[in-house]
Amino acid sequence: MKGLSLFLGCLVPNRYPGIELATKLCLAKLDIDCTDLAGASCCPAPGVFRSFDRTTWLTLASRNIELSEKMERDMLTICNGCFSTLADANHSIKEDDFAKKEVNEHLKKIGKEVKGNIDVRHIIEFLYEEYGPEKIASYVERQLDIRVAVHYGCHLIKPTKDRGLGNFERPTFFDELVTALGATSIEYPDKMACCGAGGGVRASMKEKSLEMTEAKLSRIKEAEVDCIVNSCPFCHMQLGEGQSEIKEQMEIEYDIPVLHYTQLLGLALGFTAEMLGIDTNIEKNRKFMDLLDAEIES
Amino acid sequence: MTDMKKFGTGILDELKNASIDASKCMQCGVCSASCPSGRHTTLNIRKLVRIAGKTNDILSNEELWMCTTCYNCQERCPRNINIVDILLDIRAISVHQGFIHPEHRVVCEMLLEYGHAVPINEKNRKERVNLGLEELPETVHKYEDGLEEVKTLLASCGFGKLIKHTESRVTEDKT
Ligand code: SF4
Ligand code: SF4
Repeated sequence: MKGLSLFLGCLVPNRYPGIELATKLCLAKLDIDCTDLAGASCCPAPGVFRSFDRTTWLTLASRNIELSEKMERDMLTICNGCFSTLADANHSIKEDDFAKKEVNEHLKKIGKEVKGNIDVRHIIEFLYEEYGPEKIASYVERQLDIRVAVHYGCHLIKPTKDRGLGNFERPTFFDELVTALGATSIEYPDKMACCGAGGGVRASMKEKSLEMTEAKLSRIKEAEVDCIVNSCPFCHMQLGEGQSEIKEQMEIEYDIPVLHYTQLLGLALGFTAEMLGIDTNIEKNRKFMDLLDAEIES
Repeated sequence: MTDMKKFGTGILDELKNASIDASKCMQCGVCSASCPSGRHTTLNIRKLVRIAGKTNDILSNEELWMCTTCYNCQERCPRNINIVDILLDIRAISVHQGFIHPEHRVVCEMLLEYGHAVPINEKNRKERVNLGLEELPETVHKYEDGLEEVKTLLASCGFGKLIKHTESRVTEDKT
């Protein structure tokens, strides 16, 4: 197996730097060979850019892929959207000679050529496939005895024909990575439902997108969980910031902490909330951390 | 209303090409029953598949933009129609005819200027430093030559022209 390069994307470094740090801390602690991917851009985001112009989308994605090819490393993503774009683009480059040729005509202008000789990984499927829940469990320093609502998001597993991670109706791999940390993954209705943000809908039809989010949050609330765990900063934003937006828009109040998996893993590996960018000035997060601390003491 | 003259004759051919797969549709409605957006918006994906490739009217249809690309419909379609791929191709044809939401245009302008759809801001520069990270991430934000490369590619693909010089048309919610 090749080493990895960390593809940051936009939202993680520019809106949720805590997730960037959490990722780097976890990778180091798990002794995973992963270095920065210097000079990468937006993946570019699948919702708007792929809808707008496929050639532009594929060309910019190929530039990012080429950066990792130069390093002879597979690319690691921590966002379902980046995974969607880069895995799909990588697939096109490997399978579609015509598309590859067209892209390389553009790349020639910056002295680059994409080859199609690396793989694109998502941290969830990478940890599951290459480490597995048992090995992850062996690194845990702090058992997290909490109830978790796992949110897979759409583009981690769909389209299933391209992702190859099995059936999308009832997957378990993400849940297994959560239970490896001592937590319980709670089943809830509409668990596989979309957060409501994708496809450019959050940008142009925010109210409608939040209605979808509210429907999902109401199911999660009924399941009485301690937090939501996701694998994507865009879902993270929709389910997290979305709670305040829903309060304003619909006067419905949710106070469910939202964590990216790397943040939950980071807690289990012994890092503090502050190091992982979990803002304990926010009441729901403070309560969540108090709950974890109480368990340690008891 | 939309018509042939307004779009030129080649457009219907483009739509037809993008929608070949849709002719396998038997209008069973599994797609629309699986659609999370359809529960909250006027999006009727079964109907969109029916008219795909048959009329220019679809170009201005607001429903094209209500899809979150969750892929439920495509996964469950008993005829294995690549519904989302068709929809994205039709979106692109529509965009090239000027149907661009102002909010999406802004996202595109960000990419054109910064190489990021969501660029860094003051708050998160500080937050990065507080966390002990570098103020700017290891992306085109930090590497100017990288940003220049991105701009060269965007120009080479004609993306700036598409975003800045395409006359805006407004989509219609027909319900
Ligand atoms: S599920 Fe497939 S066959 Fe059935 S209506 Fe939708 S597109 Fe047509
Ligand atoms: S991909 Fe779009 S049309 Fe299909 S089910 Fe999801 S939201 Fe509906």
